[in-house]
Amino acid sequence: MVDAVIRESGIGTRGRALDVVFRAATFFFAILVLVILFGIVAALIDGALPALKQFGFAFIVDSSWDPVKQIFGAFPAIYGTLITSFIAMLIGIPLAFGIAIFITELCPPWLKRPIGTLIELLAAIPSIIYGIWGLFVLAPMLQSHVQPFLVETLGAIPLIGFLFEGAPLGVGMLTAGIILSIMVLPFITSVMRDVFETVPTVLKESAYGIGATTFEVVWNIVLPYTRTGVIGGVMLGLGRALGETMAVTFVIGNSHQFMTSLLAPGTTISATLANEFSEADTPIYLSVMFALGLILSVITLLVLAAAKFMLSRMERQGGS
Amino acid sequence: MKAKTILLLGALTASLGFIGAGAQAQNLSGAGGTAIYPVLSKWAEEYKKATGVAVNYQAIGSGGGIAQIKAKTVDFANSDKPLTPDELAAAGLVQFPQVVISITPVVNVEGVKPGELVLDGPTLADIFLGKITDWDDEAIKKLNPKVKLPKAKITTVHRSDGSGTTFNFTDYLGKVSPEWKQKVGSDTSVSWPTGVGGKGNAGVAQYVNQVKGAIGYVEYAYVIENKMVYTKMVNQAGNTIEPTMAAFQAAASNADFTKVKDFYLILTNQPGDKSWPITAATYMLMRKDYPADKNQAVLKFLDWALKKGQKQAEALAYVPMPDAVVKQIEDAWAVNFVTDGKPIWPVAMK
Amino acid sequence: MNPYARRRLVNMTVLSLSLAATAIGIIWLAAILWTLLENGIAALDVDFFTLDTPGSGSDGGGLRNAIFGSLIMTALGTFVGAPIGILAGTFLAEFGRGNPLAPAVRFINDILLSAPSIIVGVFVYEAMVLRMGHYSAWAGAVALGIIVIPVVIRTTENMLNLVPGSLREAAFALGTPKWKVIVFITYRAAMQGMLTGVLLAVARVSGETAPLLFTVVNNQFWQGVAMDAQMANLPVVIFQFAMSPDHNWQRLAWGGALVITFAILILNISARLLANLRGFSK
Repeated sequence: MVDAVIRESGIGTRGRALDVVFRAATFFFAILVLVILFGIVAALIDGALPALKQFGFAFIVDSSWDPVKQIFGAFPAIYGTLITSFIAMLIGIPLAFGIAIFITELCPPWLKRPIGTLIELLAAIPSIIYGIWGLFVLAPMLQSHVQPFLVETLGAIPLIGFLFEGAPLGVGMLTAGIILSIMVLPFITSVMRDVFETVPTVLKESAYGIGATTFEVVWNIVLPYTRTGVIGGVMLGLGRALGETMAVTFVIGNSHQFMTSLLAPGTTISATLANEFSEADTPIYLSVMFALGLILSVITLLVLAAAKFMLSRMERQGGS
Repeated sequence: MKAKTILLLGALTASLGFIGAGAQAQNLSGAGGTAIYPVLSKWAEEYKKATGVAVNYQAIGSGGGIAQIKAKTVDFANSDKPLTPDELAAAGLVQFPQVVISITPVVNVEGVKPGELVLDGPTLADIFLGKITDWDDEAIKKLNPKVKLPKAKITTVHRSDGSGTTFNFTDYLGKVSPEWKQKVGSDTSVSWPTGVGGKGNAGVAQYVNQVKGAIGYVEYAYVIENKMVYTKMVNQAGNTIEPTMAAFQAAASNADFTKVKDFYLILTNQPGDKSWPITAATYMLMRKDYPADKNQAVLKFLDWALKKGQKQAEALAYVPMPDAVVKQIEDAWAVNFVTDGKPIWPVAMK
Repeated sequence: MNPYARRRLVNMTVLSLSLAATAIGIIWLAAILWTLLENGIAALDVDFFTLDTPGSGSDGGGLRNAIFGSLIMTALGTFVGAPIGILAGTFLAEFGRGNPLAPAVRFINDILLSAPSIIVGVFVYEAMVLRMGHYSAWAGAVALGIIVIPVVIRTTENMLNLVPGSLREAAFALGTPKWKVIVFITYRAAMQGMLTGVLLAVARVSGETAPLLFTVVNNQFWQGVAMDAQMANLPVVIFQFAMSPDHNWQRLAWGGALVITFAILILNISARLLANLRGFSK
């Protein structure tokens, strides 16, 4: 009887052999993930070396982009990447914060799930849709109504005026930043919501108990408690903004010239790659493309690692 | 469980059949400039109806075409910028012209209608250099005394990708403006002093349509297809020319390919009273070391386009190659494409 | 104003602003969806689904080859990426405890998850397109597969971890070998969640453009399931058509944008409903 059970259950040499095989298979595919990432990094470094050797460290701060003379500098692309992401954060973080407060503190319970879903649907829309919407809807609107207004008002203020000068084009770094802010909004909101919910109710109730307003509870209790998680969520959104390609390519104006005005056209690393990778016809030009990809990967890697670190600290703290 | 397995196997077999069917026809892939794309895509449609062979052409810019044929990822390429005989020899490529394209400035200025504005080379250069920044500038007013020019800022639109159209446009600007030649030069991609970049002729046309006060340069077929606001130009002889087939043909008639090696000829700023100032031959590029049957398939398509595709070309204001040049091109094929000592062209046509 | 009134005012202001922020977010979603509907609906007729992409300057035509190509490459990418992701996720959940490799794999996976997809495209161009000597739908499918893997690993691991230990212990107590426990007990328990993960991955890669730009580009024609050649696909077609001044192309681009967005939204919502069916959500 016992023999029958043991035989049926497959215990024995065949069962154990399959166990080893199965475990090896899962192990193999887990390693594959490592291999893929290392492969990507290795391919990038290998491709980037000639350009880095030729231009050296100056590559990162040089502004010239002259395929005729084969002189390339990554600065406008790096600057564009950082500036558009910065604008995206500037607009996106307060919006996300507001939405997170609304959902966690103000919203009636039956509305929480639908509103949360609607905001998360923003993340589901493919980036190319953001791109064409930006080019056909947002850019003309900005060119006709918003940008002239900005040039006249903010452009006249002495210290920050230089950020808002030039002809209103509709496309440019500001437009790209605005589109990016909508794209990162759902990510930051989602993380903020989740960490806000982890605050122990007893902490909030004690604050309400002594007469604090909702805002004061959020500002003085919830935020400090969830500080690391919030920063992690922000970094997650930042990582997304830095690497975004299609939405930016449509509206950034594709200019390699370094300009200080936000209304000017510019470029980002991913937009440059999207536009010029297929046509880099000399070895150095192609190598410059890989170098740009490497720089982008390094920047995103640092930001994502920081995000992960913050979020995992938040998780550990939440458990306490 | 059994029914599901049978269904799955059935679907797999069916799809394998699909895969087989797809692989049978000798389909061709090409990449290159956007200037020739309007007529090339029409040729491809007609050719597929006539022979069943699908020619898939991706317009990624002349720079892209050159890069991809060098990387051996496509069967043929197109470029509005010809390669020099040295470059061709080094890369093992053969080039020959297919049609003559014409580049036209296009604008988006309030109140200005197609063909109303007149520009000349030096003014155009100054606009793209960023020296002329407003539409009501004296230099533009001088050429257009009767046009009401608004007080609006000029936004120049150029190509953001590696473009043969850019090469020819900047070559023309270099010929009419020493300052341009010295400061910027000419190539498929240059360091533009100002303006926004659009991807492909299409992207430039898009931006010009979207941005008020914009000026860009596109191949004339895009003007026809999208009813854009083009300008007239003053040519080398000092005459104001409207961009028409006659003007393009006048410019192209000066092209003498017999005196050059590998058909390398830049046709910008041609002499002649009626000539349009910015024209160029657009070139097809093929690899010498591809297998004979692949190259033969490409040559059959290009031969069809040279001889039977003239109607589509003329409808879009491209100047087709005259018969003498076609013969010269096909003689070059016989010389350049040789496998085992035997030329692969001419091939018995069905 | 006394301090209490000022605090009330500040509170009111902030809360109104947060309401405004939520409204802005929802209005933006509505604006985008409305633009898609307004411009795209006109393009959706029978021709749209039965004819292939037209050349420039032509009238009519449809997106049949693009829709088909996208379906094929997404399906293939998922068939390749999902099993890899599931098995790797299984490693992390079932065999990972105590293994120092597991946290490393998890970390690397999160990086891959958020890596810019254009980098994946560059990698597959170098690894496959250059080596094979031509663009191909295989390369496109591989690029999509690489993007699918991290998503599936993350959801699989989470879902497997949710399966109560008591289920596994009961199976072990009967003498079941570990692999059978995982495949027949744990997988079955987590099946819903794992499927949700695969659906989310499919939704994610359906809209990816950049990786396809460098691996398969596009094809003007219909060529069936010719994997060894370039294949039409929705995102690149939308990209090319939207960026052109050709009105017919723009019309088709909006139609394609509408189709792809609503397909992805439906996939997302289905995944959510599926996940919530038996309360296995977070």
